[in-house]
Amino acid sequence: MSTKSIGEYNFPAPDRVENFHGNQVVYLHWSKHLSFCAATAYPLPPDMPFGAVISNVIPGTYGPHPDFPRIDWSAVEWRIDGKPAKPDPEKSLKDNGIHHKSLVEFRTPGLDGYRGSAS
Amino acid sequence: MNAINSGASKKRLPLKEKYRHLTRGLHWDTTYQPMNKVFPHAAYEGIKIHDWDKWEDPFRLTMDAYWKFQAEKERKLYAVLDTFAQNNGQTNFTDARYVNTMKLFLTGVSPLEYMAHRGFGHAGRQMAGVGPRVACQMQSLDELRHVQTQIHTMSHLNKYFSGFHEFPHLHSRMWYLSVPKSFFDDAVTAGPFEFMTAIGFSFEYVLTNLLFVPFMSGAAYNGDMATMTFGFSAQSDEARHMTLGLEVIKFMLEQDEQNVPIVQKWIDKWFWRGHRMLGLVAMMMDYMLPKRIMSWKEAWSMYFTEAGGALFADLARYGIRLPKYAEVATAEADHISHQNWAIFYQYTHAAGFHTWLPSDEEMDWLSAKYPDTFDKYYRPRFDLWREMEKEGKRFYNMGLPQLCSTCQIPMGYTEPGDPTSIAFRSSKYNGDTYHFCSDGCKDIFDNEPEKFSQAWLPVHQIFQGNCGGATMEDVLKWYKLDGDNMDYAQSLDKKMWDEWQAGKNRVSG
Amino acid sequence: MSIVSITLQNNDDARPIIAAILADNPKAELSNFPAMVKINAEGELIVNRETVEDKLGRPWDVQEIHLSLISLSGNIDEDDDRLRLFWRA
Repeated sequence: MSTKSIGEYNFPAPDRVENFHGNQVVYLHWSKHLSFCAATAYPLPPDMPFGAVISNVIPGTYGPHPDFPRIDWSAVEWRIDGKPAKPDPEKSLKDNGIHHKSLVEFRTPGLDGYRGSAS
Repeated sequence: MNAINSGASKKRLPLKEKYRHLTRGLHWDTTYQPMNKVFPHAAYEGIKIHDWDKWEDPFRLTMDAYWKFQAEKERKLYAVLDTFAQNNGQTNFTDARYVNTMKLFLTGVSPLEYMAHRGFGHAGRQMAGVGPRVACQMQSLDELRHVQTQIHTMSHLNKYFSGFHEFPHLHSRMWYLSVPKSFFDDAVTAGPFEFMTAIGFSFEYVLTNLLFVPFMSGAAYNGDMATMTFGFSAQSDEARHMTLGLEVIKFMLEQDEQNVPIVQKWIDKWFWRGHRMLGLVAMMMDYMLPKRIMSWKEAWSMYFTEAGGALFADLARYGIRLPKYAEVATAEADHISHQNWAIFYQYTHAAGFHTWLPSDEEMDWLSAKYPDTFDKYYRPRFDLWREMEKEGKRFYNMGLPQLCSTCQIPMGYTEPGDPTSIAFRSSKYNGDTYHFCSDGCKDIFDNEPEKFSQAWLPVHQIFQGNCGGATMEDVLKWYKLDGDNMDYAQSLDKKMWDEWQAGKNRVSG
Repeated sequence: MSIVSITLQNNDDARPIIAAILADNPKAELSNFPAMVKINAEGELIVNRETVEDKLGRPWDVQEIHLSLISLSGNIDEDDDRLRLFWRA
């Protein structure tokens, strides 16, 4: 089923990548830390190295959580668009398979939120 | 009341006959132009109507009676509003935190009343039958009355409290107000029958009790006589709207069997959309009313499970079943108010109202009302934030949230059966990915991707530079926020309220 | 049988209507909420003009109920003498 209309119904999506001035939207989510109520969104250059996400983007949002200083980044489990992944910090977002509106989840083994409550 | 009864002793037509004259007598089939050109939207949705005359009018209110009763309602309402203002009724609220529910109402709900006025005017114009046309016209007038009385009532609060001054500006800009705005824009851009199913039936009949009744009863319980009065004045019209909504559904189902699957699909869609939007009311009931009437879960059980259950049992004769995902919505009643309040607590730096952490006493009430979920999943969240507050680091989320492409709410809802994991759903359309908070929202998108891929998602619009600039400060300026945001503890509202209370104590010695 | 219900304001205009409903519908159950009352009954509820007039002591137009009505649940049948709420299932 598609939209019923009285005439031609074909409009461009406002969220297509060319509207983001060279950036693409990337969503980040820290599993089992739901005091951050939802995944968070960022306009990032597709050529940005993945390592810069860890060093420059993640701390600004997730830094205030008491679990944050205890993260062992070498043990973090990543998922890109729902699939387990091992992103290369030297490579770009694009080359790591992170596209416009991709969801990047990270899980920190042993750290399951405030007092293990997933908060 | 004597004015109303002045004609009672005169011999007059029985009600049913009188109403028939007013409605059927006003209709004619056009001859210069074919009927399908005069009513160009009547058929394209696929709804088949064979005999408009089979329409049954539930409340047979004629136009003369309508004006008479509406005038009486207005007289009563404005007498109360005037008294309330004259008597400084706002100083008798339980607590200035209460006023934040009214900010949400004026910015989120009142503009929808205006859209309903336009929507019913439009839907009525497109109905090729005179019965529903007259009923839609009355509802359109009612909705205009609602928005006017609401603005009038809250103009008084605007003299004292923050958060009221830019409501129309905010409605089409503020990130969380895109939730109610896009809900109604979706409805008014549908055809007349879907609009009637969306607003008349799914919203007015199935869900409106959950919006208005707790809101107005809550107002009464928290010392807000003015809101209670405009609310019940509006709600006296709603009862008529509910019956119109139910009549439209029955009419479509009785006219042609082929209408059944179309109507069922609309019921599924608009139930879920309404459920998502009413999550805002859930948090109002559980977190924002200083004195609470009942929990969201109790209201859901009374108004959806019980009343909705009876309704759908009645409609089963046509082959209509409960809305899809009704059981998911019922299970979410244990979570949704807590999850929504958490969203607003952490983004209140960018909101037009204040938030706060529940007190110990309030948390105990929540534990008692939500024994299966509150202590396990949500109390620890508030404990963490309280610790952060004590350290002087009140938690504000500095990343902008991922929004659902259908309901436009931050994607903060959890997997059915697993409250420790966010529910992520997505679809591909025209090579792009779209994200959803739930199966319900994904289904709605998948059925009409041409429509929902046009969503104006506030977070993405900020990134595109369409919301005043690149920084949070630019965006807040574009919203025209001026002391309306941040935690209640540091608000102008609280400062003023505390001064009022101190003044009362001085006077009473 | 499903429950039908009517919710009315708890004020002077509505009190005779509430009393009439309770008198005419033996199965009716009343619940109080801030500023309003909700009356539930199994299958059917009737508001009779005559009973309301008797409680009120003056003529009463059934449509005056619109001034006090907050909400309802059920199908409606309205004529000059009564308002009936019912479910068919």
